[in-house]
Amino acid sequence: MNEEIKVDKKRRKLVVATSVAGGAASVAAAVPFVASMWPSDRAKAAGAPVEADISHIAPGEMAVVEWRGKPVWIIRRTKEMIESLKAVEPRLTDPASKSSEQPKYADNEYRSAKPEIMVMEGVCTHLGCSPQLKPADAKAEMGADWVGGFYCPCHGSKFDYAGRVFRGAPAPLNLKVPPYTLTDGTVVIGEDQETKGA
Amino acid sequence: MASRLQGLWGWFDARMPSVAEQWKIHASEYYAPKNFNFWYFFGSLALLVLVIQIVSGIFLTMNYKPDATLAFGSVEYIMRDVPGGWLIRYIHSTGASAFFIVVYLHMFRAMLYGSYREPRELVWIFGVLIYLTLMGEAFFGYLLPWGQMSYWGAQVIVNLFGTVPFIGETLALWIRGDYVVSDVTLNRFFALHVIAFPLVLLGLVVAHLLALHDVGSNNPDGVEIKKHKGPDGKPLDGIPFHPYYTVKDLVGAVVFLAIFCVVMFFVPEMGGYFLEANNFIPADPLKTPPHIAPVWYFTPYYSILRAVPPLFNSQFPGVLAMGVAVLILFFLPWLDRSPVKSIRYRGALYKSWLAAFVVVFLLLGYLGIEPTTVWGQFPDWPILDTREIATWVARICTVVYFLFFFLMPWYTARDRVLPVPERVTV
Repeated sequence: MNEEIKVDKKRRKLVVATSVAGGAASVAAAVPFVASMWPSDRAKAAGAPVEADISHIAPGEMAVVEWRGKPVWIIRRTKEMIESLKAVEPRLTDPASKSSEQPKYADNEYRSAKPEIMVMEGVCTHLGCSPQLKPADAKAEMGADWVGGFYCPCHGSKFDYAGRVFRGAPAPLNLKVPPYTLTDGTVVIGEDQETKGA
Repeated sequence: MASRLQGLWGWFDARMPSVAEQWKIHASEYYAPKNFNFWYFFGSLALLVLVIQIVSGIFLTMNYKPDATLAFGSVEYIMRDVPGGWLIRYIHSTGASAFFIVVYLHMFRAMLYGSYREPRELVWIFGVLIYLTLMGEAFFGYLLPWGQMSYWGAQVIVNLFGTVPFIGETLALWIRGDYVVSDVTLNRFFALHVIAFPLVLLGLVVAHLLALHDVGSNNPDGVEIKKHKGPDGKPLDGIPFHPYYTVKDLVGAVVFLAIFCVVMFFVPEMGGYFLEANNFIPADPLKTPPHIAPVWYFTPYYSILRAVPPLFNSQFPGVLAMGVAVLILFFLPWLDRSPVKSIRYRGALYKSWLAAFVVVFLLLGYLGIEPTTVWGQFPDWPILDTREIATWVARICTVVYFLFFFLMPWYTARDRVLPVPERVTV
């Protein structure tokens, strides 16, 4: 067995070439399987804008509308709620919403086109749960310095009435504001001048 | 009759001798140390639970419908109308928790006696892979009843992948197959739960056992029985697995099944720990339940996730900490530098660290079940980013959890160990 095994260089080259080709073919064969797991055309088509009647929402109350499978909140903010936005600013992670997502017309201190009407996605920027409305009188549960806002039951993130996140919470950013158009008594979610123009 | 049967066996054996050979290698002539104790029940029990889950799962599949509009109803149908359906479902749901109890105890046994140390590193690595697969399997299965906890649990866990820098959002979209957890997600999780992951699990179990039987079992003394062989080449301190340990494990199986039946028949929900109350409400994509928590076996890691604050506007550090907390287990064989394997001969230093690890693991598990407000708030103190006491306790526990692993090379090497005997002690 001490004989040196002579390598047939031509054969070895052929073996390498065949292996490479076979490997490439296996990878290529995986492509349709991986691709089949992307959203289907039907899922992609389900993203149309929704219109909601907001005339019945009383001051201080909130309505939830489904848009692209996600809850969108519409809150008619009271004067106290709007005032609380200023007071909580030192306790927020991103008070000016610089790193957060909102359309241009909501890029202001109220994060809304009209201060009384707040529209935002009720989806926590941490891991996607839907936070709950905790009014200012929930102090027993939320702590003595609570002025009202939202609380995420999953990982304990807190937000103010403009969806801005409080420091010390796992959520890194303020709640997203979707594109929307306000008309008399209704709001169209998922559509504004920009999306129409596009 | 007996000779007829022998004749039949002889016919079979002549054509397929590997069956008898495998039986010898893995049972009748597999020599296991004679000093196995209580902790050695859990390996065979894990195998038993795997069989229970596969069998009960097959029968659940016969009536379950993986469709977002029908899934919740089909589970209620199984519970109310299918003859014995309630029993089969409770076997499966109790089995899921039992699987994790048994696996956690089995892993703890390895930590007690150093079963992951050389030459059993591969046994340990396959074991951790089994644990990871089992976590995936449990996660996919939990979505199937399409209750509130199913839905929101899946939402959170899929979004964990979404936090990975750069590719995260795309990755989460690919996993869900939709922009939110939907019917598409349910359908594919069903496929993964009933066929893909069980196959992987079975393959890994085979690899785990083959690797174990090649190097031989460790024992409570952490000494190698193969060092002392008799003239017949068999380890002096070994006894054949069959019949000695098959009989011992049967006793364990009977006791285990008795406890299993008590839970299954009398407390299948286990006060909300095995089956959560919110999961008896159909999934509502617009409303997260007031308090959500994963099933108990994920809560230690869930606590770690919650404890880490976001850094640089990203929640990825928390997710990373959670991932590292599980994956660090792979490195255990190389982190442990102790000259001894078993806890019996280790010094006070390792024993204290292991005790601290157990305490923080259980504490993290408990805190993960409760909301972060469970222990109230600290009085005003401006340095703190949050004043919730539970969050701070979870943070301290998380640090201890990681120190147990990161400092292990140092404290195991420095520990004052006792002399290890040459042969096993009984």
